[in-house]
Amino acid sequence: MSYEPAPRSDEAMAALRPDLRAIAEMVPVGVRALDLGCGNGELLEYLTVHKQVKGRGIELSEEGVLACVRRGLSVRQGNLQEGLADYPDGSVDYVILSQTLPFLDDPAMILHEMLRVGSSAIVSLPNWGYWRCRLELLLTGRIPKAYDLDQRWHDSPRWQALTVTDFARFCEQIGVQITQQTYLSRGRRIHVRKIKNLRATTAIFMLIKAE
Amino acid sequence: MIDERSVGLVKPQFLTFAEDEPMQLESGATLGPVTIAYETYGRLNAERSNAILIVHALSGSAHAGGYHNPDDRKPGWWDECIGPGKAFDTDRYFVICSNVLGGCYGSTGPSSINPTTGKPYGLGFPVVTIGDMVHAQIKLIDHLGIDQLLCIAGGSMGGMQVLEWAAHHPQRVKATIPLATTAQHSPMLIAFSEVGRQAIYADPNWNNGDYYGQSVKPDAGLAVARMVGHITYLSEESMQQKFGRKLRNLERYGYEFETEFEVESYLKYNGNSFTRRFDANSYLYITKAMDYFDLTQPTGSLAAAFANSTAVKFLIVSFTSDWLYPSYHSKRLVSALTAAGADVTYLDIKSSWGHDAFLLEVDTMTKLIDSFLSRLAREENIAAPPVETSAVNDDDAAETPLAAQAGAAM
Repeated sequence: MSYEPAPRSDEAMAALRPDLRAIAEMVPVGVRALDLGCGNGELLEYLTVHKQVKGRGIELSEEGVLACVRRGLSVRQGNLQEGLADYPDGSVDYVILSQTLPFLDDPAMILHEMLRVGSSAIVSLPNWGYWRCRLELLLTGRIPKAYDLDQRWHDSPRWQALTVTDFARFCEQIGVQITQQTYLSRGRRIHVRKIKNLRATTAIFMLIKAE
Repeated sequence: MIDERSVGLVKPQFLTFAEDEPMQLESGATLGPVTIAYETYGRLNAERSNAILIVHALSGSAHAGGYHNPDDRKPGWWDECIGPGKAFDTDRYFVICSNVLGGCYGSTGPSSINPTTGKPYGLGFPVVTIGDMVHAQIKLIDHLGIDQLLCIAGGSMGGMQVLEWAAHHPQRVKATIPLATTAQHSPMLIAFSEVGRQAIYADPNWNNGDYYGQSVKPDAGLAVARMVGHITYLSEESMQQKFGRKLRNLERYGYEFETEFEVESYLKYNGNSFTRRFDANSYLYITKAMDYFDLTQPTGSLAAAFANSTAVKFLIVSFTSDWLYPSYHSKRLVSALTAAGADVTYLDIKSSWGHDAFLLEVDTMTKLIDSFLSRLAREENIAAPPVETSAVNDDDAAETPLAAQAGAAM
């Protein structure tokens, strides 16, 4: 049976959404990964094809699950709010959550669940600490839209605005340790560490359970 | 009538086994000889690795695709999904469908002749289970020279057979597609089965199952059983859409006990037409087999049932408006399989069609099944069958002239 030849790895990488590109770089070759809220399966497909990852996904929307199955991925429909109870402890190496945390009711529960099922977790989140967001609130008096997330406060599903500093503090509080971090400003990687909360539009964190 | 996406004209085939040594049934009883009616579509590849078994629901038959005669009004029951370029693509896969043990479409069942008496079995037919049905299917697969099926797919009672294969014969199948089904027949399902059976028992023409060769059959009872069934296959929404409160050929209420509402007429029509195509005793035996189905036995744990099935890949589908086999039955299955570490794809398709949706949501089902099978074929290195039309073995004799026959019929 004939199949389309897989695109070259670098081309496929370039086609990924910037935060997914950063996540894809963090995931080692050949590991087992679970992508929570995997959407249309863009990241999982890249990881499966180009990094020989044994990937599974969970996605809420019917369109998302269908798109994933069309890509030849193993994805089950499910609601992350219900946790990952079916998944045995340590059953995968990496659990991934991209741009989804602000939508979840109980972020502590989901981070703990991710680190129960996986030995590491990778989380990307939009940063409302970005200077334009701050300026927007200051000058217009309106709750700002995160640069990398096209949602206003009244859009469904609801989200909770947070900043990278909030997230780092939160991880400390709930016993989660950040081992790697990547900051993107409007899709481009930035290396300035000190004013990252001001400059980053999206941040990507690798997490493990705190010692 | 027969278009190019049809498998064309097909011929029912029959396998008879357990002639010398009777088949051992789960109840402890034995049965023999056993005949299984089946049809096949498409061609086996050289490795015999592209075979897909389709298993039917309560009232289905081996006639899943194509036409028996050029002037047939309707094709096989799952023709929309079986054929060249369809969900089960017969250009790529060898598709098999057989009638269940206990059925009345060519396989041995209560209406078959009992060789010891020379008369139809009637209630002398032993009670069979979903497990027994699957054992008969294994005989067929063995006979066709297939060690391992690429996939088994079916909805409702077909889904139960699919799960039985996955749980108890995981080495014989690479992947399974259980649709709108359950791993354990619920008390509500048993209750509906029993109402159907009681309707048959209550028909004086049933005569304790001994009505073959009589001038009258328990048609009234079987029709009521089928009407109850039809209600459970729909949803309130689909009934609202289909019938509303519309009256049949009437301007206003007649204030009499006649068929007045569209929905009554629909049930009556379907109930009656069912009696022309189905055997009342088969209805009793098959519903009983469904009621006994419980994969959690003997341990009480569904995950334990699938402990040896982690190499089997699953595509599980439920439908939001199916209240007969509600989505949570499938979700329970997904949970158990995930806990066991199996590769599970699951979707609860938004549909208003109720349980019938598994036969009606053709577009979404085609996308899912086609993609799932393509992935399997890629991961398992499944070769396409030879392009030229040539008999793979004797059993495919009916396959060979298909293209020619289909061409002639167009």
